[in-house]
Amino acid sequence: MHELSIAESLIKIIGEEMAKHGLTKLHSFKIVYGQISAIVPEALETSFEMLTMNTPFAGAKMETEVKPMVVRCRQCGHEFSPSQEERVIMPCPQCGTELGHEIISGRELFIDNIEAE
Amino acid sequence: MKVDVVRNILEANDAVAAELNTRLSAKGILTLNLMSSPGSGKTSLLERTLTDLKGEFNMAVIEGDCQTENDARRVAATGARAVQINTAGGCHLDSSMVRDAAEKLGVDGVDILVVENVGNLVCPAEFSVGEDYKVTILSVTEGDDKPEKYPFIFAESKVMILNKIDLLPYVNFDVDRASAFARSINKDIEIFTLSATTGQGMDAWYDWLRRERAKKKK
Repeated sequence: MHELSIAESLIKIIGEEMAKHGLTKLHSFKIVYGQISAIVPEALETSFEMLTMNTPFAGAKMETEVKPMVVRCRQCGHEFSPSQEERVIMPCPQCGTELGHEIISGRELFIDNIEAE
Repeated sequence: MKVDVVRNILEANDAVAAELNTRLSAKGILTLNLMSSPGSGKTSLLERTLTDLKGEFNMAVIEGDCQTENDARRVAATGARAVQINTAGGCHLDSSMVRDAAEKLGVDGVDILVVENVGNLVCPAEFSVGEDYKVTILSVTEGDDKPEKYPFIFAESKVMILNKIDLLPYVNFDVDRASAFARSINKDIEIFTLSATTGQGMDAWYDWLRRERAKKKK
């Protein structure tokens, strides 16, 4: 349940951004997380709800976007997104090389934007 | 109104971790974040490593657990400096806990500092604690599909240790399969197969420690 720690950091960042722009009521916020990052969005949402009860952030809606895993073939440099089933052995669609690709996307965890007034 | 934020949610943790790593690196300390499931042999690996390399390195350990000081006592019995962090149920260590523990422990003169994280293959992977490298242990009794099931921790790790290989005759664990999974998600991962109980395979791990420590030394 590290989502609780993540929610704490999230609330701190949202608070800073709202203060910076003179905003007081949070409507929604958007989280972007990578496909292989260890985030359970439902747990993050529950943590956020728990921590924001009776605060100006209560009731804010959480939107999420999942960044798919993208790898670069170690052999030919082709960039591709392995399917869920292919995650373990990831044959490059261009040259067939299976192992040792470089992960260039899919580990993200950031707050993209907030809607507030 | 809509405000574009685009900030790393764990930026505060990462900032403390980076600052801690800078401070430890300035002292030439190699810092490792040791992670695994509960019971895969983190403390046993440490006990053996600390005992075998006692004359060679000054090693210190920060122990993370939900409760008890058992592990810090086991480690201290080898003669190494150790301090325990009890997370009281928390599933991972974060960088400020480790910074405070390092302060309490005192790191002057230390060559290798090991942070033994809370046993868990999910949560600790997201939180840097000031380490140079993450080292993840997988024991052969856990099943060879773990890198596939928990890709993130293996993607983040510099080293995967396959522990308890003395039990290979009794369990259905394919070392090649586990290694292939780990390499598929992390092309640069170093893999050591060993038994902290019998000592088999420990030398390659020690050589890696020697090499990495030499790189940090001023």
